[in-house]
Amino acid sequence: MIPELGHYALVLALAIALVQSTVPLYGARMRDAVLIRVAEPAALAQFAFVAFSFAALVGCYVTSDFSVATVFENSHSTMPLIYKFTSVWGNHEGSMLLWVLILAVFGALVAAFGRNMPATLKATVLAVQSWVASAFYLFILVTSNPFLRLPEAPFEGRDLNPILQDFGLAVHPPMLYVGYVGFSISFSFAIAALIEGRIDAAWARWVRPWTLVAWIFLTLGIAMGSFWAYYTLGWGGWWYWDPVENASFMPWLAGTALLHSALVMEKREALKIWTILLAILTFSLSLIGTFLVRSGVITSVHAFASDPTRGVFILAILVLFIGGGLALYAWRAPLLKAGGLFAPISREGALVLNNLFLTVACATVFFGTIYPLVTEAFGTKISVGAPFFNLTFGPLFALLLAVVPFGPLLAWKRGDLQGVMQRLTAAFVLALVGITAVCIVEGRPVLAAFGVGLAGFVIAGAITDIVERTGMWRAPFPVATRRAIGLPRSAWGAAFAHLGLGISLLGVVGETQWGSEQIVSLRPGDKVALRHYEFTFDRTVPRTGPNYQELVAQFTVRRNGEMIGVMQPSKRSFPAREMTTTEAALMTRGFGQLYVSLGEAAADGAIAVRLYHKPLVLMIWLGCVVMAFGGALSLSDRRLRVGAPKPARSRAVLQPAE
Amino acid sequence: MTRKQRRLVLISAGVGVLGFAAGLVMWALSDSIRFFNSPTDLVENHVAPGTRVRLGGLVVPGSVVRGKDLNVRFEVSDGNRAVPVTYQGILPDLFRDGQGVVTDGTLDASGVFKADSVLAKHDERYMPKEVADALKQQGHWKDDTAKGMGAGTRKTP
Repeated sequence: MIPELGHYALVLALAIALVQSTVPLYGARMRDAVLIRVAEPAALAQFAFVAFSFAALVGCYVTSDFSVATVFENSHSTMPLIYKFTSVWGNHEGSMLLWVLILAVFGALVAAFGRNMPATLKATVLAVQSWVASAFYLFILVTSNPFLRLPEAPFEGRDLNPILQDFGLAVHPPMLYVGYVGFSISFSFAIAALIEGRIDAAWARWVRPWTLVAWIFLTLGIAMGSFWAYYTLGWGGWWYWDPVENASFMPWLAGTALLHSALVMEKREALKIWTILLAILTFSLSLIGTFLVRSGVITSVHAFASDPTRGVFILAILVLFIGGGLALYAWRAPLLKAGGLFAPISREGALVLNNLFLTVACATVFFGTIYPLVTEAFGTKISVGAPFFNLTFGPLFALLLAVVPFGPLLAWKRGDLQGVMQRLTAAFVLALVGITAVCIVEGRPVLAAFGVGLAGFVIAGAITDIVERTGMWRAPFPVATRRAIGLPRSAWGAAFAHLGLGISLLGVVGETQWGSEQIVSLRPGDKVALRHYEFTFDRTVPRTGPNYQELVAQFTVRRNGEMIGVMQPSKRSFPAREMTTTEAALMTRGFGQLYVSLGEAAADGAIAVRLYHKPLVLMIWLGCVVMAFGGALSLSDRRLRVGAPKPARSRAVLQPAE
Repeated sequence: MTRKQRRLVLISAGVGVLGFAAGLVMWALSDSIRFFNSPTDLVENHVAPGTRVRLGGLVVPGSVVRGKDLNVRFEVSDGNRAVPVTYQGILPDLFRDGQGVVTDGTLDASGVFKADSVLAKHDERYMPKEVADALKQQGHWKDDTAKGMGAGTRKTP
């Protein structure tokens, strides 16, 4: 009964979505207040029905109702409750339901909190949002119904893919989806602006918080996914330039560009048309990401079982929304009033440069991801590997990072480059010190020295930004503190986001340039040395978990002869799927980690072992968290608060002149 | 600065960055692309020894021989031809007899494929797409395999 109710609720959500797609739009054109007002309750009701449907599916999983096909396919009665819950979205059908749930949540949030938006804009935004929702409800109901029953209920389920039975998975897809789907709001706003033929700074102020929310979650989601791959796959890699990873990275790049261009629009009413285009492109890339992951058109390490009819359906959605969006843009954008002018050397100029680099870098990633598909259509099968992305994306992003510290220090309209250079002197010196230090200590790798210098420059630049704004060093301490408190949160946010970027870069440089690895075959009692560490393989112990058996290997780790700990990597075998997984053992040393994972055990008792020393590796993800924190700070800025029309006067007094 | 000059600066910056990126792409494409080959392609098309290619197929059951120092030798087949592959290192968890794998490496003069990476997929139901296509081409595609790929029922052991 519960699955049928869930299914029915989803059909009702589709019906509501169809009403929401059309009636408010017509109302907005006809200026009919009654029809316009349909949008809000419709968005809320849509959310209620999808939430009910999702809850029904969760119920099926938690109670292990194996008469439902997806539950049978992806769950097992002995699985811990948390994984029963997370396996709801560990498969295609469930994850699509999560997708539309998040879409409905965003729609409902706009309906509930977008109070001070003009009624017609709000109605149009909700209608556009509902077009997307309708398309995806149809997709789920037609091709991937999660509530499909089996003719006979099996006694036991087939278990969730063991590699997905992990806490990282519990968090990664929902976060990523909040990011992907969050950009649908920016898209809806852009389309609504095109339909209304009107756009101004207020528009940017309404869009920016939503884009920020999406961006924060996408940042954390990508970081989480990377961390998950790092510790579960057992090869210690954190980024493979795999198509599925690129699928989440492209919207991030475009979304980051969108955040920056919306800033220009909000403050200076410039770059309007470009911002609209970016909003459309960002969500298009999110859709393409969904298509790439869900259609199975690409070969990927992460690819999940998929089915071609779904691919065709998603492709149709893709063509409809991207093609339709761009066509509308081509038709309506010339009607929008172009924005103001600015000198090339100015905050706006710097942000344009930022956008240029981000979009071009995004384009190279797009090219590398799509190119194999294109050549395959012409009969040649190729694969584009990590070297391509490192060679193209790497230099472009390095150039972008080199100009990051300049942006926030430049004034709007007309900047003073020489003054900025002077204020960045400390950062330059720090970068140079970093480069020389690395050259002296490490000698050889030029890339490492350059990377450390660049990271140092970005970090010092972010700190300089705050120091300059508060007048620390120059002003007496209490004054500087007061200024620091009075500084707009968005200024702190930008500084933290840029700081995070520098921290991540430092981690990437450390891991790729100074990491060391050993792959050896060991017997109990054997010793391996790696950098300053010595690993002794003590013994193997069998253990039994709730739904798996595991073989645990115990290693004693010594540094300069002194024991610093025990590491226990294991090999788990899951009988329900006849599958084994590798559980790596990690030991944190400062920002670095020691990483041990097991390969296959030979008949003579020897076991294959991978050992890694990964200096600074944790900084990669720490940097992402700092970036997301910066985003959250920016989001809490009163000027950006959803529904805040204007900054309050009383606080403005405390803000220093920029 | 006049409006025209400003626009010129903007456009030339755009063209500059795009040109730079295009140059990088062309340069990177020339040596970081791998062509996918089935064992039949590899044997019949006479891929020059030393060229880096990607080879995909099924691991021939019973062909896996583990040697010293993590050396492994196995055969990859598309049902028509089989190519011996050598690899040193740790094989993925999902590597096993009959499993679809994709390997990167070079063919040596004696016709042995020296792999420097071996990939199997996360999901045991999933068949690498190139491998599936190659099998279809060779007429060895069984409905059973196709069912195994989708959300259908699994073969009982």
